[in-house]
Amino acid sequence: MDDSLLVEAVDIGVALGGRDVLSNAALRVRAGEIVTLIGPNGAGKTTLARTVLGLVRADKGTVFRRPNLTVGYAPQNLKPNPFLPMTVERFLAVSVPRSGAGLERRAHALDDVGAGHILHNQLTDISGGELQRVMLARALLREPDLLVLDEPAQGVDVGGQADLYRLIGRIREMRGCGILLVSHDLHLVMAATDHVICLNRHVCCAGHPRSVARDPAFAALFGARVAADFAVYQHHHDHVHDADGAVVPTDGKIADGKIADREITDDEADHG
Amino acid sequence: MDDFLVRALIAGFGVAIVAGPLGVFVVWRRMAYFGDALAHGALLGVALGVALGVSSDFGVIAVCAAIALLLSVLQRSGRLADDTLLGVLSHGALALGVIALAMSQGQNAGLLVYLLGDILAVTARDIAWIYGAGLVVATALYLLWRHLLAIAVHEELAAVEGTPVAAVRLSFMLLLAAVVALSMKVVGVLLVTALLIIPAAAARAFARSPEQMAMLAAAAGCASIALGLWGSFVFDAPSGPSIVVAALTLFAASLLFSRR
Repeated sequence: MDDSLLVEAVDIGVALGGRDVLSNAALRVRAGEIVTLIGPNGAGKTTLARTVLGLVRADKGTVFRRPNLTVGYAPQNLKPNPFLPMTVERFLAVSVPRSGAGLERRAHALDDVGAGHILHNQLTDISGGELQRVMLARALLREPDLLVLDEPAQGVDVGGQADLYRLIGRIREMRGCGILLVSHDLHLVMAATDHVICLNRHVCCAGHPRSVARDPAFAALFGARVAADFAVYQHHHDHVHDADGAVVPTDGKIADGKIADREITDDEADHG
Repeated sequence: MDDFLVRALIAGFGVAIVAGPLGVFVVWRRMAYFGDALAHGALLGVALGVALGVSSDFGVIAVCAAIALLLSVLQRSGRLADDTLLGVLSHGALALGVIALAMSQGQNAGLLVYLLGDILAVTARDIAWIYGAGLVVATALYLLWRHLLAIAVHEELAAVEGTPVAAVRLSFMLLLAAVVALSMKVVGVLLVTALLIIPAAAARAFARSPEQMAMLAAAAGCASIALGLWGSFVFDAPSGPSIVVAALTLFAASLLFSRR
């Protein structure tokens, strides 16, 4: 068997509350590869990632995980519990094997993601962008073979987002781990990824970012204008909100990013 | 000091020391309603213990464990909201418990003692039971602490990182059932949850780490016991509610200090 294969999900079908959230979905992540799941809100991106992690049981299909795979996971929307007093430094050590979590190593891990200054802050006192970096540092402390990052740029300002994706690219180069990214944030993700899987409850198209951007299915999902934007591969930050608005014109709330993985109704999903 | 007061203090401290650290998890995991359901179920357990001729403490633990299991099964089916489900179980158990007690011991016999506790009536045997079971609970809590904390931070993250979530959750529910059985002697089934969550809530304002909060909660619980017993003695008030009022006072004071 191919040793670099970390996880593979084949022909995945998931129904939640009697509705099909995913059907015939598939993905594969090898060591040293960045794979990105993109798609409109409610397309089942997070569900597919959670299936790969074993948090959701697939009703159909198979999930392969390499034996003894160490996973670093940064879930979407982790809200620090306001009743739970905990410093960033302590949070970094929760669930990390003791040998790997000495204070010096934790401080270093936080420096690596550019958040060294908040080591002794309370978790509830840091910003959303800082929290994303802390989550990343925490996942890395586990020395993962596979890093699963669900909307890692959420709550990060636009300049910081580009930084964050550059950082993720560097992590792959330095550690050689496989990375599974979940995002609805097209522009930044397309630049930082090797393989794109465009999901809308099934796999609409998949491949290298450039080839995906030329795929008619991609245009159908994200709108012709957005697709054209990618075909010439220009990088306009100021179009992010336009693009989001164009994704699901019937739902204006999408741009604020708060309802990122709401499950959509049949009507809304039909534009694929 | 009178013997019964000394016994009350010793028993109360024993309960407060385990209720504090367990209570912080009840607060972190938002399980206050779950605590209520267990406490109300305890009344049914007392009746069951009496009817079967075994110790009421075993009846309480058995019924609480059954409620914990039933709840986790019903939760998985996901047909009702958690708070509705808890409300159904909690008040259903309370009503059934009152009826069962009335039928086995005659109308109103000793009901108030179970509902509001009577710490002044604890015997040396009760104290032995409280400290014996308390030691078991404290040891289990110490061993489970890392896992419980990981789950309190984020349950799914903990699951991905290898915490045996389902087993830890069930163990915690059983520990909670044991503490409910201990606490009901002190404050009665209606106020058991108060002994779990009020000291923990009071500790939040001063704690910088999870362990600090647990220890401060135990300390606040002990202070509430002492203060409550004193108040009960001086003002000739019922002891259980006096202890809860003392805890409430500490909580209110903590709010004043937490203003930044």
